[in-house]
Amino acid sequence: MQHSTGYIIGFSAAVCVVCALLVSGSAVSLKPLQDRNALVDKQKNILAVAGLMSSDETLSADQIQTLFEEKIRPVIVNLETGQVDSETDANTFDQRSASKDPETSQPAPTNASKILRIPYDGLVYEVVKEGEVKTLILPIEGMGLWSILYGYLALDTDLTTIRGITFYEQGETAGLGGEVENPRWKALWPGRKAFDERWNVKIQVKKGAAGPAKDDPYQVDGLSGATLTSRGVTNMIRFWLGPDGFGPFIAQLRDNPRWTSVKGT
Amino acid sequence: MASTERETLLDPLINNNPIALQVLGLCSALAVTTKMETAFVMSLAVVAVTALSNLSISLIRNYIPSSIRIIVQLTIIASLVIVTDQVLKAFVFDISKQLSVFVGLIITNCIIMGRAEAFAMQNPPLPSFIDGVGNGLGYGLVLMLVAFMRELFGSGKVFGFSVLPLVTEGGWYQPNGMMLLAPGAFFLIGIFIWVIRSIRPEQVEEDFHVGALSEPGYEGSVR
Repeated sequence: MQHSTGYIIGFSAAVCVVCALLVSGSAVSLKPLQDRNALVDKQKNILAVAGLMSSDETLSADQIQTLFEEKIRPVIVNLETGQVDSETDANTFDQRSASKDPETSQPAPTNASKILRIPYDGLVYEVVKEGEVKTLILPIEGMGLWSILYGYLALDTDLTTIRGITFYEQGETAGLGGEVENPRWKALWPGRKAFDERWNVKIQVKKGAAGPAKDDPYQVDGLSGATLTSRGVTNMIRFWLGPDGFGPFIAQLRDNPRWTSVKGT
Repeated sequence: MASTERETLLDPLINNNPIALQVLGLCSALAVTTKMETAFVMSLAVVAVTALSNLSISLIRNYIPSSIRIIVQLTIIASLVIVTDQVLKAFVFDISKQLSVFVGLIITNCIIMGRAEAFAMQNPPLPSFIDGVGNGLGYGLVLMLVAFMRELFGSGKVFGFSVLPLVTEGGWYQPNGMMLLAPGAFFLIGIFIWVIRSIRPEQVEEDFHVGALSEPGYEGSVR
């Protein structure tokens, strides 16, 4: 069957319009559901890193949201001064979009994690039990091998003992670098120390196996076959616990712990 | 259901299985079969896409200019895959996270293009739709079989439920780690094709030798 050029162009335009309507229609109408899923997934990760929920536990989305609201309190921290900013609403603040907006972020100094911009304000989470803060959860992000890894690091109130680590978004090689999501590897972190006696960040993911947390507190097993991802994890923890990240906040907390002052809230 | 329609539906399951006989769509068959749950959702996604793409292409088959038919098919398939991906993200987020890029890669799954070009372009909508469902099911059947073996022997589970208690969890079963890696799937699919072809020797291809294509009268299968 021979068709005129006009018919062919018209036909392809019509197909494109119909397909475009179908795709954009579904994307727009399903967006609210997808956003909620992403939020619940993030909350699930925060609960897991706080040790409030095990990874094989299955809770419904509503249960996760209730548990999150009950146990976790978001706090906005000024990264430069380390002071808590109580004026901005922490429930609507999004650190990731803040670090993209030129009005709420600044260019980062050159760093191994290839972080380009750092926000003025960071969003940390506190695990509150009976009015007392039990755990501090800090967001971490940085370059691995292929992708930027986004995750959380949970610290004890002594500010150096690690309670857990998790990554909620990464695009590393499945089976190699992707093993950062492996529960068995994540289980190696709790009990290790992030800082040495002089409060320099000392924790690192080493090549090969590290000892038990008690004898070898500053090292974690490397991921075999994923040297660059392992190094990326070390780099991002050093960056976010360091002077450009949450270093000032942690220094503030050491001198002047918030734990007692928030009692009863 | 008329017998021809039943044949269209059931034929791709064993007799003309897209993976076993046509050897199409292996890439995703390796990637998503470490667990039955992901394999099941992937199978459903492929059934939906093959059925709907066959249906819509068949509906407009008489209007598609033959000079641009491949790109028109691809546009329709790509749109359907994006919609499927969006639906999975909205309703089964955890599984869609595990399937990651492989839902998007359904676009490049040869089964779908192959059925659109070979069947839907020549047949009316209803048989095309059934052919799509059949081929999607044929693909899904192999996926589920491979996933069953891989999950059972690789992590001692079936659909996430512990069947063989693992040594690491206080049981007796030492899992076979190779099952969870890509070679595990290669061996299983290979064995599966071998079994089918031993039962049905007519599926074995004729020996293909260099130059066969240029010989007069050659009608061997070129895929």
